[in-house]
Amino acid sequence: MKGNIELIKDGKRLDGRLPGDLRDIKIKTNVVKNAQGSAYIEWGNNKIIAAIHGPNEALPRHTANPNKAVVKCRYMMAPFSSSEEHGRSGMNRRAVEISKVTGEVFENVILLDQFPGTEISIYIEVIQSDGGTRAAGITCAAVALAASGIPIKDLPFSVSAGKVGETVILDLNKIEDNYSDADMPVAVLPRTKEVVLLQMDGSLTKKQYTDAMALILESGKKISKIQRDALISQYSQ
Amino acid sequence: MQLITNKFLKERFALGKRDDDRDPMTYRDIKLTLNEIPNAEGSAIVEIGNTKVLTGVKVDLSEPMSDTPNDGNMTTSAELLPMADDNYDVGPPTPFGVELARVVDRAIRAAGVIDTEKLFIEEGKVWGVFVDMYILNNDGNLFDAGLLASVAALLSCKVPKYENETVIREAMGKLPTKNITTSCTFAKFADNLLLDPTANEEALAESRVTIGNDEEVIRSMQKGMSGSFSMKDLDQLIDVTFEKSKTLRQILKNNTGD
Repeated sequence: MKGNIELIKDGKRLDGRLPGDLRDIKIKTNVVKNAQGSAYIEWGNNKIIAAIHGPNEALPRHTANPNKAVVKCRYMMAPFSSSEEHGRSGMNRRAVEISKVTGEVFENVILLDQFPGTEISIYIEVIQSDGGTRAAGITCAAVALAASGIPIKDLPFSVSAGKVGETVILDLNKIEDNYSDADMPVAVLPRTKEVVLLQMDGSLTKKQYTDAMALILESGKKISKIQRDALISQYSQ
Repeated sequence: MQLITNKFLKERFALGKRDDDRDPMTYRDIKLTLNEIPNAEGSAIVEIGNTKVLTGVKVDLSEPMSDTPNDGNMTTSAELLPMADDNYDVGPPTPFGVELARVVDRAIRAAGVIDTEKLFIEEGKVWGVFVDMYILNNDGNLFDAGLLASVAALLSCKVPKYENETVIREAMGKLPTKNITTSCTFAKFADNLLLDPTANEEALAESRVTIGNDEEVIRSMQKGMSGSFSMKDLDQLIDVTFEKSKTLRQILKNNTGD
């Protein structure tokens, strides 16, 4: 284990979770009235707003594709969102990369050819962060997208798995992310089990990778249910 | 033009043939040249087929990061030179350029290539290692070429001396390293999985995945593009990576003597 912080004690993690436990997740839809669709997620101590705009005319014009809609995705952390010092405003390299891979997830699920020449904007604003914000952001944006009515082929979920010592754990929080031996955020289409986002760094044996993927797929059932329940409850209020 | 190429390639894929007639799981010829830039503390050029990446490494005095006060630090960047591809333009880094730099950066960090603890000088002073990838010609698979060039440049990299508050760049020592890592990148097109895709194949691909490893463990992964991979695909590609990386590590060892 990196550093000298004991992340697992007597089989339990610092916040009392077992290795395969998720943090509590709450999702609410239609929190941004001016958006086509939106959602707010509380995932442990993470708080994230996702909003969908469009399909609108793609601007500037040269970004338009005559055959299909283009997806423009922006993931950003608010400068006040972390427990450490004030962050710099605007896009850093990390945010550029996360925006890119997140946008690619949604290019996969949106039926883009139904809206040629248009753009669909996905905004993910992290207002409080505690590790795993890209996964929580994707899970939240998927609900926002479904709430927008834009046709999609599946409702992706995302969660990360990792490793502390030789123990594979699910859903790393900030301190675990900082001191763990591996971190692997993954997004999956639940119907087909296709992997649409995969990143990893640290060290994993093939066996640990397989175990981590199994934890992610198993937890996906819970996450998918929370996503669906949020969408259903917007019509039952 | 790309549309015509795509159509041609699709027809060839249907016949089980690649852009350049390779088997699906083989690399193009790989050539590594070290120390082409004597003014840089470390440098390497990697050619994979027509892809050509130059990595130059400079080592300068630097302040440690606040969370690692006793460690040296590393910064990685990628320049997609406009000369390297019709599609590259002058201007700030594109999202792809940022992704390339960060994927290579994470691979090097996760594998612990640099022994950063040994780059400590005195309180508040450490060596900073600047890894700059120059893409000289793009014919696909910049991830593997970029990582190979960067690791080779680090393995042959020197560190200046620091005496009486001055940096002395003559009679330098070797950069302390403790591991080597390489990556294998695959593209997927209509259920074909292809190692080391060319630029034409990348233009046609639905998805891409880069798997970095050392002799024992997976060190880094990055899936890119809007397509997907099945769990079975990924399983197979991890196994192929462990197999193919032996050759890549051998190329590094043969050239750097590590």
